[in-house]
Parts: sequence; structure tokens; C-alpha cells
Amino acid sequence: MAHFITSPAPHVHSGDSVRRNMLLVIIALLPAYVVSVLEFGFGALITAAISVCACVLTEWFISRFLLKENKQTIGDLSAVLTGLLLAFNLPSSIDWWIVLIGAVVAIGVGKMSFGGLGQNPFNPALVGRVFLLISFPAQMTTWPTPKGFATGYIDAETSATPLYYLKNMLNTDLDMSERLQAVQDVFSTSMKDSLLGAMGGSLGEVCALALIIGGIALICCRVITWHIPVSIIATVALFAACTGWVGALPEGMTTGSYVLYSLLSGGLMLGAFFMATDYVTSPMTAWGKIIFGFGIGFIMMVIRTWGAYPEGMSFAILIMNACVPLLNKFRPTRFGEKRK
Amino acid sequence: MNNALKTFTNGILKENPTFVLVLGMCPTLATTTSAINGMSMGLATMFVLVCSNVVISLLKNLIPDKVRIPAYIVIIATFVTMVQLAMQAYLPGIYEVLGLFIPLIVVNCIVLGRAEAFAAKNSVGLSAMDGLGIGLGFTLALTLLGMVRELLGAGSVFGLTIIPETYKTLIFVLAPGAFIALAYLMAIMNKLQKK
Repeated sequence: MAHFITSPAPHVHSGDSVRRNMLLVIIALLPAYVVSVLEFGFGALITAAISVCACVLTEWFISRFLLKENKQTIGDLSAVLTGLLLAFNLPSSIDWWIVLIGAVVAIGVGKMSFGGLGQNPFNPALVGRVFLLISFPAQMTTWPTPKGFATGYIDAETSATPLYYLKNMLNTDLDMSERLQAVQDVFSTSMKDSLLGAMGGSLGEVCALALIIGGIALICCRVITWHIPVSIIATVALFAACTGWVGALPEGMTTGSYVLYSLLSGGLMLGAFFMATDYVTSPMTAWGKIIFGFGIGFIMMVIRTWGAYPEGMSFAILIMNACVPLLNKFRPTRFGEKRK
Repeated sequence: MNNALKTFTNGILKENPTFVLVLGMCPTLATTTSAINGMSMGLATMFVLVCSNVVISLLKNLIPDKVRIPAYIVIIATFVTMVQLAMQAYLPGIYEVLGLFIPLIVVNCIVLGRAEAFAAKNSVGLSAMDGLGIGLGFTLALTLLGMVRELLGAGSVFGLTIIPETYKTLIFVLAPGAFIALAYLMAIMNKLQKK
């Protein structure tokens, strides 16, 4: 982009559109969704179906009856993507009416209140998720054990996520050697599991490998740029490597294992590739994106290490979303200007 | 008489302290966790507002211009102390819930704002009507906000259960819910007033 030559008209349209980009992101999310359906069975299907339908209907209802606009925007697929991302952030066994509330809040409060696509300061799917997390803390942190289609939708057997397990190990009354053994057990099984998706967690966060494949495909298709995901992942890896120095390394873990563990567990990959890179709510300049990613990685690790919640990806992204207007002022280049 | 009525309704609708002037946001957001809390906060502020408006209007020719703000504060603080001690004696439950926000009425910008903008320039009768109108506007706004937050966040209105326990949305009794509820109430009020 540095040597951008503008020739006189006529120009050929590249065919790029909001609809095309949204469709590509949805396709990139499909591998992770397939894994999730295989892990969680019907729960994953039902939750995603409710979430997507409710998001699209809410957007249509608001723009048709409250804003009374002539042109409907649901065709640009952004509401479908929001619904899918919201479902990816929920446990598969969650009650249907909670999904419904989340979808209405995501589109109604997170997006349409600000004027629709392109004007919302915060990622709508995350607004919906955090709203639900604060409102229904018990239901939002009950994770079903993945058992494929044998996983019940309503009465699923539940288990803790690896991050939750790690956070609460220190509060148990096991003695030291038992504790060490338990951490090592979780670690040795969950490394492979978290890469392939066989662990407790929300719909879309369980399979890091599928998310990484989807994310890299998006970067290759030039739907997103590398700056945000790479700076988030680098910051998290660096932070995890340094936790030993400040004495915050969980007992029984080596630095190397904790780095891998931090990268592959929780919503990091989902957030880094699909949530933080949302066009509307991320900075426009390259340096802005790198600072944005650094902020997300740093805040998330601070919450994971010292905060009350076991996972902080969604809070970190929302906090940095609020900084985007400021980051957009950081070294922008005027159109056509050459930087010395 | 017509003038007095106009001053009175002005405070409730056209210059509603919460929805139009957006003053006194601190007690508005912090004390409206339930309808009864919001209403008591509104009524306490209304009492202080009416009394301080009357006294300041009476003394407006005696107070030297240069020290008028400290003088107003002393008058307002007197009435706030009265409210605080009375509530502590007769309504200890609500006094405990509202806590610090009762003494903080002293620095509530609605009270000082009306003293400076209205009571210092108008007659005693009109000032009383203004205090009553603005106070009632504030009370109604806080009660409405408290009702919405209590209904969504705790499933009840004035302690009367309407929505079953399972379906309550906890966020509305917490701080972020206060901002969300206030924003939507304000939007609805703006829409209604435009018509």
C-alpha cells in the first residue's frame, strides 16, 4: 500500500463488499463449528440456530419498525456473523431464552442503538456475551463435558474448563503433592485436547487448531491483516514467559508449558483471529492495530493471572475497543501522502 | 397563578433534572437499585430543594454577591442535616441503604443549580413552586429508573415479585445496568417529547 498509484478513471470494481467479507469470515469459522458440533452434539446446533435467527430477526425488526428505514441491512450477513460469534461464546447446554436475551442485547444494545453496522464502538457479539456473563454467572460458567451427540442439551454432564481448574486449584485443601499431580494430569491431557477440542468450554473456543486454520485462511484471503492476531499472541506468550519472575506461575508448571497452555486455552484464538479483528471496532492504522493487540493480550493475561474471572478475553477486547478512536489518531497517513 | 403552574410543570417535563438537564447523575445511577430506594432519594432531595429555594429567595437581598455560594451551601447543608437525622431516626433501613448519598445532597448540582439560577432571582412563591416542580421531576425520574432496574434485575416492583427468580437479569442492579437503563429511558423520553 506504500506505493499506491491512482490512475485516471475509469476504474474496475474489485468486487469487494461487506457481504463478501462477512461470508468469508463465516466460512472461516465453519471448521471450528464442525468440531464443536462433533464435540457437543445437538446443543451446539440448537444454540447456534437460536442465536443466528434471533440476531437477524432483531436487526430486521429494529430497522423496519423502530427506525422505519426503507432499505434493510440484514442481507449484508453481519447479523448472521454476530449471531454465530455469540453462539461460539456460549456453553452448548445453555437455556434457549438466555441465548435469546444475548442475541437481542448484542444487536439491539451493541449495534443498532449506535446506528447499525459501521457505527458501533464495541463488538456486538462480545457486548451480548459480557451482558450474559454478568447477568447469569451460574449458567454462563456451567460447561458441558464434550461427548459428541451423546452430550445432553438440557441435562448435560458438566466439567470445569482448564482455565477455571487452574485458577481454583490454589483454593482447594489438597496437599502439595496431590495438587502438583492434579495440575500435571490436567496439563498432560489438555494440551492435546485443547488443540483438537476435546475439553470443556464454550462452543467455539474448544478447538484451537480449527480456529488457527480459519484465521490463517482469512489472513491469506486478505480479509484481515496479520497485525492484531500476531501482536495479541506474541504479547500473551511473552507475558506467560515472564510470569515466573513475578511469582505468578501456577504451581507444578514450567515456563514453557505455561506459555503453550496460555496460548491454547480459553477464548484466546477465537478472540485474536475473529473477535478483535472486527473491522468496525479495531483501529485502522498498522501501528494502531499492533498497540491494540498488545493491549488486549496484556489486559487478558492480567485478568487471568490476578483477576476474579478465570478468563478475560472478552473484557480485554471490549476495553481496547473503547480505546480505538484514540488509537486511530496515532500516526495516520493522509490519503496520497508519502511517509519519509 | 398561571405563572406558578408553569414554573411547576417546567421542572417535571421541560426541564426534568434527570432526563433533560442530566444533572445529579451520581445519586441517579447509584441509588436506583430498587424503586423504593430511588423514590426515597428523590423525596429527600425534593425536601431540601423546596426548603433551600424558599430560604435563599427570602435572603437573596441580604447575601453579598461575593460570598453567595458559601452562603447557599450553608443553607443547603442545614436542611440536608435535618433530612439525614430525621431519616436516621425514623427510616433506619432506607438510611442504611442510601448511606453516603444522603449527606452528598449538599453538593448535588440540582440543588445548587436551582439556588443560583432560580431562587436568587425570583420571588419566594415562585421559588417554592420551582423547588417543588424540579424535586417532583427528580423523584419521578428516580422512581421510574428504580422500577425498571428492580423489575429487570430482581424481578419485582416495590418488593412485589412479578418475574420468577430464574429469569432475573442481574446486570440491571449493578452499575453497568444503571447506565443502560438510564440511556434507554432518556431515549424514550426524548422521543415522546418531540411529538
